[in-house]
Amino acid sequence: MLVSYNWLRNYVNLDHVTPEELAEKITRSGIEVEGVEYLAPAVENIVVGYVKSCEKHPDADKLNLCQVDVGEESLQIVCGAPNVGEGQKVAVAKPGTKLPNGMKIKKVKLRGVESNGMICSLQELGLDEKYIPTDVAEGIFVFPEDAEVGTPVQELLNLDDAVLDLDVLANRPDALSMLGVAYDVAAVLDQPIHLPDENLNADESIQAEDYIDVKIDSIENNPYYGAFVIRDVEIKPAPLWMRNYLMASGIRPINNVVDITNFVLLEYGQPLHAFDYDRFGSKEVVIRQGKENETMITLDDQERQLNEKNLVITNGKEPVALAGVMGGADSEVTDETTNILLEAAYFDAASVRHTVKQTGLRSESSTRFEKGVDPNRVKRAGIRACSLLQKYAGGKVAAGVVEVDELDKSEKSVTITTSKVNQRLGMELDEKDVTSVLARLQFEFSKNGEEIVVQVPTRRLDISIFEDILEEVIRIYGYDHLPYTIPQGWVQAGGLTDVQLLQREIKNYLSSAGLMETLTYSLTNKQDASRFLTPDMEEGTANTVGLAMPMSEEHSHLRLSLIPEMLRVLQHNVARTQTDLAYYEIGKVFISEEEQITKQPIENLHVAGALTGLWHNHPWQQEKKPVDFYVAKGIVEGLFAHLELDVTFVQTKMEDMHPGRCAEIRLNGKGIGYVGQIHPLVAKDFDVKETYVFEINLESVFSVHQATPSFTDIPRYPSVTRDIAFILDNDVPAGEVQAVIKETGAPLVKEVSIFDVYQGEHMEEGKKSVAYRLLYQDPSRTLKDDEVETSYQAVVEKVNNQFGSYVRS
Amino acid sequence: MKEELQAIEQEALAAIEKAENSQAVQEMKVKYLGKKGSLTTVLRGMGKLSKEERPVIGELANNVRESITEALEAKTEKLEREALNEQLETETIDVTLPGNPVHVGGRHLLTSIMEEIEDLFIGMGYEVKEGPEVETDYYNFEKLNLPKNHPARDMQDTFFITNELLLRTQTSPVQARTMEAYQGKRPIKMICPGKVYRRDTDDATHSHQFRQIEGLVVDKNITLSDLKGTLDVFAKKMFGKDREIRLRPSFFPFTEPSVEMDVSCKVCNGKGCSVCKHTGWIEILGGGMVHPRVLEMSGYDSTVYSGFAFGMGQERIAMLKYGVNDIRHFYTNDVRFLSQYHQA
Repeated sequence: MLVSYNWLRNYVNLDHVTPEELAEKITRSGIEVEGVEYLAPAVENIVVGYVKSCEKHPDADKLNLCQVDVGEESLQIVCGAPNVGEGQKVAVAKPGTKLPNGMKIKKVKLRGVESNGMICSLQELGLDEKYIPTDVAEGIFVFPEDAEVGTPVQELLNLDDAVLDLDVLANRPDALSMLGVAYDVAAVLDQPIHLPDENLNADESIQAEDYIDVKIDSIENNPYYGAFVIRDVEIKPAPLWMRNYLMASGIRPINNVVDITNFVLLEYGQPLHAFDYDRFGSKEVVIRQGKENETMITLDDQERQLNEKNLVITNGKEPVALAGVMGGADSEVTDETTNILLEAAYFDAASVRHTVKQTGLRSESSTRFEKGVDPNRVKRAGIRACSLLQKYAGGKVAAGVVEVDELDKSEKSVTITTSKVNQRLGMELDEKDVTSVLARLQFEFSKNGEEIVVQVPTRRLDISIFEDILEEVIRIYGYDHLPYTIPQGWVQAGGLTDVQLLQREIKNYLSSAGLMETLTYSLTNKQDASRFLTPDMEEGTANTVGLAMPMSEEHSHLRLSLIPEMLRVLQHNVARTQTDLAYYEIGKVFISEEEQITKQPIENLHVAGALTGLWHNHPWQQEKKPVDFYVAKGIVEGLFAHLELDVTFVQTKMEDMHPGRCAEIRLNGKGIGYVGQIHPLVAKDFDVKETYVFEINLESVFSVHQATPSFTDIPRYPSVTRDIAFILDNDVPAGEVQAVIKETGAPLVKEVSIFDVYQGEHMEEGKKSVAYRLLYQDPSRTLKDDEVETSYQAVVEKVNNQFGSYVRS
Repeated sequence: MKEELQAIEQEALAAIEKAENSQAVQEMKVKYLGKKGSLTTVLRGMGKLSKEERPVIGELANNVRESITEALEAKTEKLEREALNEQLETETIDVTLPGNPVHVGGRHLLTSIMEEIEDLFIGMGYEVKEGPEVETDYYNFEKLNLPKNHPARDMQDTFFITNELLLRTQTSPVQARTMEAYQGKRPIKMICPGKVYRRDTDDATHSHQFRQIEGLVVDKNITLSDLKGTLDVFAKKMFGKDREIRLRPSFFPFTEPSVEMDVSCKVCNGKGCSVCKHTGWIEILGGGMVHPRVLEMSGYDSTVYSGFAFGMGQERIAMLKYGVNDIRHFYTNDVRFLSQYHQA
């Protein structure tokens, strides 16, 4: 809501507060002022001039030679505006003036003729073009005849006005009107309020009821409709002051009738609509719901399809307006209009909101109906408009209003006590601190012992309970007076849950391991949403969740894997010549078990990593190691070592992964994740080079992880190591052999590690040598050579039997 | 014999002193202490000595042997040290060359901010609660006093999945779920951090996905002053102990009264600059006293219990604290951005 400071002065005395101070006070006590802007920079030496004569320039077709009386003197001015003419009152910039656009006015010769000043357009005076009336947008501004020659235009055009931009939230529709703002400002400044003149001297010789009848078929959506009739209006520009206020409020002046309805809309917050009575099409207003397949053409010349949910104003035969949203083209006020049918009505917020949503038409009117208007101001706004039409459009207002009125206009009452106010605020206010706020807000109240019964005016739709009054008290009394305290009483040991601690631990580990944390979007495109599934998700039963109305295809579905968006991060960086990257992310994936989603999906927390480029790069020592499978796997192994969980890795194939370089990660025999190289074709799609990724479902980790590891005594007896090298077929996974060794050697074999892998020269075709180191240990005694030997032989025998291998000699 | 021994000692010590390398030292050892060495040779004549002389000469001989041995060892050590020094000199390297690079990873700036805020409130006895990101209309709106068709729903353009399911627009449903779980039977002190989603076009100040952190305290006799005091602690911890806060009225359907909190601008110290749009204050977060309807809906008797709640965008906090000028940086994950905040 744009609030003109000069306009506001009509209701509240602002003599002792500058626009900036006012903005600060309003912001601190009620409604946030987002900015203060002056309509135009201060200009001097621009005055009203009278064009005594206007002739064609002798040597230029498009220029005029004007003699302009500016009071003390008469100036000869060459003017190029198409609309300049003899007898006009115009804005004249005298020589020496600097215009807001920086132009300096000097005495010049134009095509040989002296020009001693400039006749200005509103744009040249610094007004924003979009608010300038269309009829003067292409030329100079012409003042009304009563403008006095020599008067500075600054004041006449309200150019010194400051406009406060109020951010009105949904709870304060009252502040969408000058009066509403005035009530608040009056309370804040502790000043009285001056209400506008609502006196109307109707022409008793004409009766509205002879001209129009009103019938409402949809009383729940339209509990009040008042029709006023104004005859013999003269369509012309509205008075200059009114046009000025409208422009300051961001509304372009059109003509006196339209401007008056807009003026009252802004002043009272009550939208009105003026129909051309003679083009209305009947003598009866019928308000009803729209019909299927019914159409109407709105003011913007668009044909609108109606349905039963639209409330429409009709002439008994066809719709003439979308109630509260937009009028129809057929009954619009035009330059030829002489008789007016003025509507002042109360339309239900939800009904208007529906039509706005359906049509996309949001206007100053519909915004106010959607948020709620003051039931006690509807008719008054109509009367106010009639009195202005009488005054500024020469109209004869017919006596009476034709109305249907089932509107609840009663005031709510709320009971409060000072002690309860203090209890909630944590303050020690006196009763009179509380009641003086109520008085400043012009809320009536009565006292009943401790209790204060507050009558809430209907303009304040937001107030209905004790807490609402509490807010009024503290905002007007001042938040600055609140003390600073910390909740006393009940205490608990705050903290993180085991799962939250574990997440931090995982972030600690991965950050220390050299990976950078990313945060990516949960929403991705449809295709990527269902790729790179961890093995706990079964294809077909893990469905993605799509948005009903996505903003774009790139963000239309919730992800089942963190990898695609992480690849996009790599892509972004690689494209910016950042080639060596190691990233991780912890975030949720969203799994729907239903094809057509009806209930909340499963949300599993995942950790994922993506690595590309060089892992180690030490150029002057010629040490360069690109990321490979084992780098990625090492990070995963380290993670589980850090968490003290045993996982195994099993060769696997996944659709988007390199067929020979991908391992499933298993915890207690259950697949919980994968690590491997993304398929080169997928890498190409994402514009990245060789890239390794891992992803793990952390929910499986959380379920088995023990926050407090139990103590294991440090071994006191020496250990024994034995090495064995097996010659294995190439396709035998070394890890499987390792597992068999461990199993067979248990309990004496504590650790089995691989320390050499050899293929090639001196090795039989299709074979490889893998060397294992076995660590034997017993926590309770020193091992004897023969028991180690027995165990060792058992291992050799078992492995050879199972894998068809033999021991390398 | 005595003279002989003393002469040997003198000669030996002088010779050892002159020895130039370990080989020479070895030769000295053989020459003086060896089986055929001069000392041994002299001692062979011990048998000829009298009973009285024998212990005296014996002691002297031992002293001489010890003295020579010590001299030999000292010389050996000295020579070895010299040799080592010489060798070390040749091992000199250029210490200005770069060392072996260590991969430095790190947390995302938003994680750091979130953990900092969490830790601050944990220190004040808050628990950290989380909830689903795909929420029901009921918990995201209705339970928070935003019935269907409430005009304030326009404030939050929502990603709907079905008529009843949506991406949460705020972390407040976690508060609603917690209150409901406690069934009005115990006080609450909690914060709930997490991702939220709104139908905004991504630009420098908007992101369709962002992170919030909200707080909720419910107990008997919780006051608006408690909220002010708590937020003051928060603001001073996050933005510096010299910061001031102010509360302004605002509107949220789930709180009444509702407030916005501003912090005095760090850049200009409240004097007014371009960062604070010349107001001296920067808007940080919203909050208020929990609306009695919200308490009642979750089983808390609003005549017995009262509470405050507050909520903020983590990105905004991070942007203000670290001067980040575009919210998209958080989600683009440019390594040159992320690595600026390793230790944030």
